[in-house]
Amino acid sequence: MKVKDNAITLDATDLKILDALQNDARQTYTVIGKRLGIAHSTVYDRMKRMERYGVIKKYTAIIDIDKIGAKNITALMTVFTDPKESERVAKKLCEAPQVLEVYTSLSEELQIIAKVVAENQESLHIFIANSVAPLPGVLRIRTSMITKKFKESQLSMFNNPKKLTYVKQKKNE
Amino acid sequence: MKEEKTSRILRTLPSEKAFYFFTSIGNYTGERAISFKEFMDKINQVTVKSLEFHLYRGDFEKWIAETLEDQELKRKIANLRNRNYSGTALKEQLYKTLTMHYQKIISKS
Repeated sequence: MKVKDNAITLDATDLKILDALQNDARQTYTVIGKRLGIAHSTVYDRMKRMERYGVIKKYTAIIDIDKIGAKNITALMTVFTDPKESERVAKKLCEAPQVLEVYTSLSEELQIIAKVVAENQESLHIFIANSVAPLPGVLRIRTSMITKKFKESQLSMFNNPKKLTYVKQKKNE
Repeated sequence: MKEEKTSRILRTLPSEKAFYFFTSIGNYTGERAISFKEFMDKINQVTVKSLEFHLYRGDFEKWIAETLEDQELKRKIANLRNRNYSGTALKEQLYKTLTMHYQKIISKS
């Protein structure tokens, strides 16, 4: 990993370490090192460096909510905002623990799209009515309740091994 | 009606205490009312769907009792709810109930 003028460049080894961690973050430095054909100390050093520079944000567990019996509901909330206030609204939404993801999108109007979880429909409504609708700049809100999940995965640049080669080739050019 | 009570019912509220009109769970219309007078006016502007949603959830009664602190109007709205009005008839009855109550407050103040 190289850092120059606040720009981080990862080499093929860094990318392979990240790929290994995304598959299983509990692997030891030795296991990752053996798999990649490098010393465990190299894995350690590179991981620590990537942690320090925020490339690796955190190590976490992906929990199957259904299996632990939690009866939460998930909804996708689209908040139409006054463009002058959208940044502030988005930041405010980020502060709420029930909001999992927040994005802005520009189609005909500026929209904030947020993924929200709640105990039930009533608590979802109370949250939106009491904490989102009153935010300055909120023009209207559309909410869709998620009824069935077909896929959920983390975006990974490592899903396609050809991409790794591509990165490597580009670096060598 | 005591002057203090009247002014409390007719006061302008901060935005966090306003009534926000939704059409269903999480679907905010963009209309809100920050006073009793504005609430009355908005009844004519919002869709019947929104009125039905809030009336039969008891949202109007809750806001009137807890925010405007008008127990008499709360009872009137509860009576209206029990009559199971819907559509335009609901809008008309709701508006009529609110305007009559508003006139009564104004005349006594």
